[in-house]
Amino acid sequence: MKLEFKLAFKNLFGAKLRTLLNVFVLSFSFVIIIFLNSIMDGWDQQAQKDSVEWEFGEGHLLHNDYDPLDSYTILDGHGEIPKRSIGMTPVLERQASVYPQGRMIGVVLKGIPADQKILKLPTKKLNQNKDEFPVIIGKRFAESAKLKKGDRVQIRWRDKNGTYDANTIIIEEIFDSNVPNIDNGKVWIDIEKLWKMTGLENQATYFILDQDFRKGPFDSWTYRSKTTLLKNLKDLIDQKKASQSVIFGLLLAIALLAIFDTQILSIFRRQKEIGTYIALGMTRLRVVRLFTIEGSVYSIMALIFGSIYGIPFFIYMSKAGFPIPPADQKLGIAIADVIYPVYGLKLILLTILTVIISATVVSYLPARKIAKLNPVLALKGKKQ
Amino acid sequence: MKKNILFFTFTIILSLYSSAQKTNNEKALEIIKKIDNNMFSKTQIVTSEMIVYGKRKKRIIRSKGYSKGKENNYTEYLSPEREKGTKMLKLDKRLWIYSPSTDRTIQLSGHLLRQSVMGSDLSYEDMMEERKLSEVYTAEIVNEDIYIDSPVWIMQLTSKVEGLAYYKRTLWIDKNKFVPLKENLYAKSGVLLKTTTFTNIKKIDSRWFPMKMNYKDMLKDGKGTDFIILDIAFNTKIPDNYFSKNILKK
Repeated sequence: MKLEFKLAFKNLFGAKLRTLLNVFVLSFSFVIIIFLNSIMDGWDQQAQKDSVEWEFGEGHLLHNDYDPLDSYTILDGHGEIPKRSIGMTPVLERQASVYPQGRMIGVVLKGIPADQKILKLPTKKLNQNKDEFPVIIGKRFAESAKLKKGDRVQIRWRDKNGTYDANTIIIEEIFDSNVPNIDNGKVWIDIEKLWKMTGLENQATYFILDQDFRKGPFDSWTYRSKTTLLKNLKDLIDQKKASQSVIFGLLLAIALLAIFDTQILSIFRRQKEIGTYIALGMTRLRVVRLFTIEGSVYSIMALIFGSIYGIPFFIYMSKAGFPIPPADQKLGIAIADVIYPVYGLKLILLTILTVIISATVVSYLPARKIAKLNPVLALKGKKQ
Repeated sequence: MKKNILFFTFTIILSLYSSAQKTNNEKALEIIKKIDNNMFSKTQIVTSEMIVYGKRKKRIIRSKGYSKGKENNYTEYLSPEREKGTKMLKLDKRLWIYSPSTDRTIQLSGHLLRQSVMGSDLSYEDMMEERKLSEVYTAEIVNEDIYIDSPVWIMQLTSKVEGLAYYKRTLWIDKNKFVPLKENLYAKSGVLLKTTTFTNIKKIDSRWFPMKMNYKDMLKDGKGTDFIILDIAFNTKIPDNYFSKNILKK
């Protein structure tokens, strides 16, 4: 085995440019696969953390008639807050229209206790002005509606009987969150104020739960755990990962094709050498092993070469992050302005194993031909 | 003795005030009923144009509507080409829309009813609101004035039933023709939400009727939406099949 390795390295170093090109292409695949996967893992971690901190808490308790994906259920999807409501922060939703600069924009008014601590929303600001209608909105909505902090804007809503009411709200704060669900078209107001505005005293559409919440018989309410709420996000990221694997497959296929090609060419051109090895006492199996090792050594060399330029690149990216274009941030999924890649040990080991194994397999496939070679003809240099 | 005189005078003033108030309210109600008589009929067939003013250009939508009582209404859009063949049927509190491009009928309910009708300042709900003013509002004459050369009563209507879209209305009513010339619609807080102006008042079959209306959402910029009546017929017999879902087909 030692001899095979020695010969393999000697042959590869002898090939110079051909080896360099193969190693470069394979190392490029290595780096790209690790980098793209680490971006996806980084997004996954950041999106989950943000969703929990800004939207989900430890779970939700939804009114049975309310479906978060169906805005038409907002009208009737609410109920009285249960007497036992420890660890539950109520949120009441109502539809409304705001009129910035004379344009009408449909919004969802979301009432939440100003003193809540479960979400990162700056709801304390809602308590600062008792006489007016202070509200907080997200950065994305503020940009699309052209609203800024301190702006006063007309809002129109309906009370519990369907009668129109209108007043002026003041934008007390604009928060910056990566979670679009709590931002796009959402106007947050103190729940006590919303109760008075609509006449829906002590009513809630859903609750955000914290650690103190204990499951119990809540007849009109449906429990959704944090895992269930995060499922859509996880599914989306998994789907993205699956579609990215097509790119990885293509990259790897290009690199492996180069190795495969080199192997075919080597076996064709080095028949005299193969014949000499056999004549000198090597078994066909050892010659096959020698050529297979030659092929798989490409992957080890690519790993070393890739590390030389890949590691500094990975370190730089983990500090600078990967900027996401503004258009992608408006897709309606939790995504930050900059994603910081996460390099997991599992990811790196899996990538190394995949590349080494696949390089070994594509090196072995052409080398099988050696077993069928006639050593006498090979020594004479006749092509077989 | 002095106390008794004071009490007596106060009682007389109070009773005079309340009787004047009562007379005012009764008169206001009578006027509102006359308006209802002018504006409502057993059946109506109306050919109309709705002019929706956009930022750059205007759109003219022509339609023919058939209504029976307060509950039943059927409208077919005649032009432009894009809207041609669209049909709308309202039976009591339910509303369906048929679209010829998809050959589908959908029922509008809940928040969909609050959407704008073809980009206008009118919502489907506004169009569906057919209850007589005298049935759902208490009325009070607050002033008398001249509005565009016509003597008018300015009346304030306050909702007397729950669930009305507009809590308060102010009407400028032509004293001679008993038709509104202008109407302001208010939110509960008193914010002015919409204004409707009625012009081109014509006498049709012994009743006065405004042939042009402009609806304006006061919170929004723009010129609002014009609704021009090209032709109207009152109390004409309309076959029952016009108010059945079967009519919502190509």
